[in-house]
Amino acid sequence: MKALVCIGHVPDTTSKIRFTDNDTKFDNTDIQYIIGPYEELALTRLLDIKDSGTDVHITAVNVGPVETEATLRKALAMGADEAVRVNAEPADAVFVAKQIAEVFKNGEYDVIVTGKESIDYNGSQVEGMIAEFIGLPSVSGASLFEIDGDKVKMEQEIEGGKQVLNATFPFVVSAGKGFALEPRIPNMRGIMMARRKKLDVVEPVEQNNMTEVVKHYLPEAKPQCKMVDPENVEELVRLLHEEAKII
Amino acid sequence: MAVLIYTENFNGKFKKATYELVSYGTETANKLGSEAIAVTIGNVDESTLKELGNYGAKKVFVVKNGELKDFSAQAYTAVIEQVASNNNADVIVFGNNPSGRAVAPRLTVKMNAGLAAGAVDVPSSTSPFKVKKRAYSGKAFADVIINSDVKVLTLSQNSYKIVETGGDIEIEDFTAEIPEGAYAVKLVEVVKSKGKLSVTDADILISAGRGLKGPENWGMIEEMAEILGAGTSCSRPVTDLDWRPHDEHVGQTGKVVAPNLYIAIGISGAIQHLAGVNSSKVMVCINTDADAPFFESADYGIVGDAFEVVPKLNEAFKKFIAES
Ligand SMILES: Cc1cc2nc3c(=O)[nH]c(=O)nc-3n(C[C@H](O)[C@H](O)[C@H](O)COP(=O)(O)OP(=O)(O)OC[C@H]3O[C@@H](n4cnc5c(N)ncnc54)[C@H](O)[C@@H]3O)c2cc1C
Ligand SMILES: Nc1ncnc2c1ncn2[C@@H]1O[C@H](COP(=O)(O)O)[C@@H](O)[C@H]1O
Repeated sequence: MKALVCIGHVPDTTSKIRFTDNDTKFDNTDIQYIIGPYEELALTRLLDIKDSGTDVHITAVNVGPVETEATLRKALAMGADEAVRVNAEPADAVFVAKQIAEVFKNGEYDVIVTGKESIDYNGSQVEGMIAEFIGLPSVSGASLFEIDGDKVKMEQEIEGGKQVLNATFPFVVSAGKGFALEPRIPNMRGIMMARRKKLDVVEPVEQNNMTEVVKHYLPEAKPQCKMVDPENVEELVRLLHEEAKII
Repeated sequence: MAVLIYTENFNGKFKKATYELVSYGTETANKLGSEAIAVTIGNVDESTLKELGNYGAKKVFVVKNGELKDFSAQAYTAVIEQVASNNNADVIVFGNNPSGRAVAPRLTVKMNAGLAAGAVDVPSSTSPFKVKKRAYSGKAFADVIINSDVKVLTLSQNSYKIVETGGDIEIEDFTAEIPEGAYAVKLVEVVKSKGKLSVTDADILISAGRGLKGPENWGMIEEMAEILGAGTSCSRPVTDLDWRPHDEHVGQTGKVVAPNLYIAIGISGAIQHLAGVNSSKVMVCINTDADAPFFESADYGIVGDAFEVVPKLNEAFKKFIAES
């Protein structure tokens, strides 16, 4: 199986989010960039399948400027076999999806795996868009991914439960919680090997971006928390009823 | 021109979130000077369909093709595209829920459109078409301009009010063409979550964390949920440890929720946890540690031991409910 894994380059989940230039740009001072948490699960699961003896070749792909190569190297250190960077600012989800669809068409991949959502613009957009560009089936937010010969068993989150699916290659899937249990952490050997693995840089194909972020806002600061005496919990009930009018 | 609303039904019934979405679509149509229309897939009885008119939709298309019984992102996209194109819809809105997240992006590409995912308000301007959306896992918001002719939106849950406008709705059957291969992924079975209120549906959530020490201590949490007609949720370590089922996990890597009331018990308030819950209207924190970060985001707090506070609070809630 040849898998194309889409790796986002996103601010560490503990980052304090700030903006500059009149709230038009993300302020990346002191921000650590990481592989998106769902993409870590996606990659981890594929590596687990590979370790269990199935023939798996993993290409990590990112659409981004040269800075994202460090994130792709981390994917290689985790165990991906090679990487591709599409050399462009990820203007919007349609643009990113178009580029990844193009990489897919130029290789012989069986499956494209993305994360369920990125943690910057939180779209859950890219997976479905790639699939529509290529004309492939898509499975969103899979919580299980098991390969049995040429069949893949998946579970997908739906409102009020989940559904069990059977698919054959090729298709696009986004990894949700449960795709793998704990993300792998690269070891020393992985990090050494990653330096020698192939990282191709390709130029983008044309695609207008359809959306544009023009301003950011931080959530309004909450008024100070009102403290209630633990010996007088009735007061909390009263506040929820009379002041917050919530019960 | 029209605003097309995908009104998902669940075994022939609509949820509160659907009415929110219709209210949202109607207000967006008002801003654009166009009309709100709806599409639903499957069998829904007439009186239920009429309800959609009560929130401003003027017409609903009911797609009854038997093949569509099972969900397929590809098939549903094709169907909604046909309804949209036939009716010149230039704005199409979905809930930011599993089906919306699966279909909206596909439809965006199919219609050469732009997508704003996780909108939290109606467009602040229509030309350019500008809408506010969630960003950075709820740690921020962003104004997005959609430049394409067709605009696709998904609405964040619990971020728009339900507005009853009253009004009649026209009901029309629609037979769609289902593209070949749209069911290449085979459905084996559907597993429903056990009869309880799902975390994204609940108006009140009682949530507990590692501070509870072990799964055997959740009785009082479930009791509180029962008294208040609430759902239960938890922090990530709690599901990682298998103390609670995985569908209760809320936060950045779990479910994003926005109930009216979120009561956090023995949860420290890590930034990844808050990311999934900080759109709640009112938050209460109960924690032994006065320095727990959750207090900075909470509206009401009690510094105290959950094992003492929660049983007392349960009694107080019971008394309140009995008296009101
Ligand atoms: C990439 C990434 C993604 C993550 N995503 C999520 C996510 O989606 N959701 C999530 O929840 N976490 C997430 N986390 C984990 C997060 O960082 C925290 O570790 C987690 O939220 C802590 O859970 P907790 O508050 O239950 O436990 P703890 O941090 O252990 O806190 C327990 C709290 O209980 C209090 N306590 C102890 N005893 C009592 C008592 N008797 N009565 C009352 N209070 C008591 C303590 O003072 C403490 O504040 C993520 C982490 C990473 C790295
Ligand atoms: N610039 C990018 N390069 C590669 N993959 C990406 C990029 N942006 C998003 N993705 C992938 O698409 C998934 C969903 O992202 P989103 O649609 O932005 O929520 C992420 O989890 C990644 O797997």
